[in-house]
Amino acid sequence: MNTDIYKEGPVVHSPAFIDGHSVEIPILKILKQDGTTYPDAQLPELEQALAVKAYEALVFHRVLDERMIASQRQGRLSFYMSALGEEATTVGGAAALEDQDMIMAQYREQGCLIFRGFALEDFMNQMFSNEKDLGKGRQMPIHYGSNELNYMTISSPLGTQIPQAAGYAYGQKLQGKDAVTICYFGEGAASEGDFHAGLNMAAVHKAPVIFFCRNNGYAISTPSDEQYVGNGIASRGVGYGIKTIRIDGNDILAVIKAVQLARQHALESEEPVIIEAMSYRLGAHSTSDDPSGYRTKEEEAKWQEHDPIARFKSWMIAQGWWSEAQENEIFARLREEILAAVKVAEKIDKPPVEDLVTDVYAEVPKHLQDQLDELKEHIKKYPEAYPFTAGRI
Amino acid sequence: MAQMNLLHAINNALDIAMAEDDSTLCFGEDVGHFGGVFRATSGLQEKYGKARCFNTPLVEQGIMGFANGLAAQGSRPIAEIQFADYIFPAFDQIVNESAKFRYRSGNQFDVGRLTIRTPYGGGIAGGLYHSQSPEAYFAHTPGLKVVVPRNPYQAKGLLLASIRDDNPVIFFEPKRLYRASVGEVPEDDYQLPLGKAEVVKTGADISLLAWGAQMEIIEKAAEMAEAEGISCEVLDLRSILPWDVETIANSVMKTGRLLISHEAPLTAGFAGEIAATIQSECFLHLESPIARVCGVDTPYPLSLEREHMADHLKVFEAIKRTVNF
Ligand SMILES: Cc1ncc(C[n+]2csc(CCOP(=O)(O)OP(=O)(O)O)c2C)c(N)n1
Repeated sequence: MNTDIYKEGPVVHSPAFIDGHSVEIPILKILKQDGTTYPDAQLPELEQALAVKAYEALVFHRVLDERMIASQRQGRLSFYMSALGEEATTVGGAAALEDQDMIMAQYREQGCLIFRGFALEDFMNQMFSNEKDLGKGRQMPIHYGSNELNYMTISSPLGTQIPQAAGYAYGQKLQGKDAVTICYFGEGAASEGDFHAGLNMAAVHKAPVIFFCRNNGYAISTPSDEQYVGNGIASRGVGYGIKTIRIDGNDILAVIKAVQLARQHALESEEPVIIEAMSYRLGAHSTSDDPSGYRTKEEEAKWQEHDPIARFKSWMIAQGWWSEAQENEIFARLREEILAAVKVAEKIDKPPVEDLVTDVYAEVPKHLQDQLDELKEHIKKYPEAYPFTAGRI
Repeated sequence: MAQMNLLHAINNALDIAMAEDDSTLCFGEDVGHFGGVFRATSGLQEKYGKARCFNTPLVEQGIMGFANGLAAQGSRPIAEIQFADYIFPAFDQIVNESAKFRYRSGNQFDVGRLTIRTPYGGGIAGGLYHSQSPEAYFAHTPGLKVVVPRNPYQAKGLLLASIRDDNPVIFFEPKRLYRASVGEVPEDDYQLPLGKAEVVKTGADISLLAWGAQMEIIEKAAEMAEAEGISCEVLDLRSILPWDVETIANSVMKTGRLLISHEAPLTAGFAGEIAATIQSECFLHLESPIARVCGVDTPYPLSLEREHMADHLKVFEAIKRTVNF
């Protein structure tokens, strides 16, 4: 046993409580809203091509969110979740990683997939749960997953990916892979038992995992001051003995810098890192939610002024890496492409009835085959009641 | 009497319970000011204050552990789990703690004043994680009561009985019917008995048994069967645990046939338990095997939801098969 963990601090002889609020955590800011950087700021490694790719991913994300929310309002899509106002946390994270790094997301992290080049059709097929969906139409919209792009399929129960990420990263380490795992979650999910279990497992077993908390101020209607007391989520990292940093989540340069350093540290020291990115959920929680029931327009307007995309754009233009002409062209083109992709995806067939019983187990066991056979006979009798599958039996 | 939907009826029952006993508390994710994601707790924080109706951090395990502590102390907690699919992080607190508190302490301590409310069930395009009906997991646990109402009138009367019952009760609310089911509900206080099934309609040829949102399905199938001259007795189990063997057995001894339908997958679903018991109670009266019409043995899918569900057509076909056995 290593008795170093009983390290004595300064000794006192009258009681001295440490105030739970006393932990001071600085916040990393590199880029100002006007597109200039702080004078003494250390910039991330970011070449023009990568910067342009990241900016284009941000714009794609913005347009996708706008168009899909509109599609939901038109009744074409059942449900959608946007990442309005916090796109930099995910696009910036992906831009700082390598393709072989695993991404374990919560659900509001499409930005990572966009950056990695998930095809527009793949987004649409998942959202319209048609037969071309990589997840075979089984989950609600925005539950993406791509084995090819190292993006673990989303599971709705919150926090479950946090200990899984620790295990995945530990496996990468044992196999000597030049890869880390990044695990995204919200400040709401950080209340779950799985968060504490995951951080402790990662810390004790030295897993090269980057825990990335998007602290966007709300978990559905619950504001963060009803979610936790103390200095945010970062202070918990300190408690678990994990290297911790807090950053401005609307500052993509700060995100890229922090994730680049975190990746390096996770790999070299074989240790977890936790990043808390402070941002704001500008949109509704989902299309089923109405934020006017729990927050003011003024509060939202204040955060509109911290738009991460506008901030990065000003910097890009100042670098001479982007122009208004490019801006107009990309917005117009993406709006058209996305609308066209919606029209295609909504017409593609739903999965065939056989897909009901596959992938429950590695093979289809007899009792499921029997249930399928019985179901097919039933559907043949009432084809009009099962319009998606009846014609194809 | 007033016209209420199922959510109103639940809100009204909570209001009555909080007004009569100031040790009653309502809490859960988003339950406070916003009134819950389905708005079942609307207005309660304004009326009873933040100390008695509040948002919790996002941790089901914590919600249930906290509720167990409150109940052991003598308060009357009504904890909401936002979706029944998310009750599993709290499984240990419910199955190992709520259920066994009284037994393990020789009745020195108990959490009998605890009520857990949670929306369950499918048919809402919710996919894997917003559609499950997990009642059977809890029915396998001695020490818990499990209740499922089918409409607003039942919801209010059964919820008030659950809150006042001296045992921990899990109250599963059929979310598909939250706004869809509207009916006459008395504004004053009333209770419906726990552990009692209800004969919703009498009939002679077959007994049809279900609970919660599945009641609509068997009632629709019964109508189709009646049109073909098959007389159906329709039964609502209402309490999954303890369940009313007597009412069901009496009905089956009269009709000679039983069909049970639930949304959850067939294998190890609660219909299996009922079938085994009724077979031993009514063996000599049965004219055909007891039929089960349940969900397919797969997770609850999104786009093949209709195929997965135990719908009225599948029930109707099974009625004919059972009667013509
Ligand atoms: C275990 C579990 N409990 C409850 C829910 C319902 N739910 C879905 S999202 C959400 C809020 C999550 O907030 P946060 O983690 O802060 O992420 P954000 O939505 O703000 O990005 C809740 C309560 C769930 N999906 N899983």
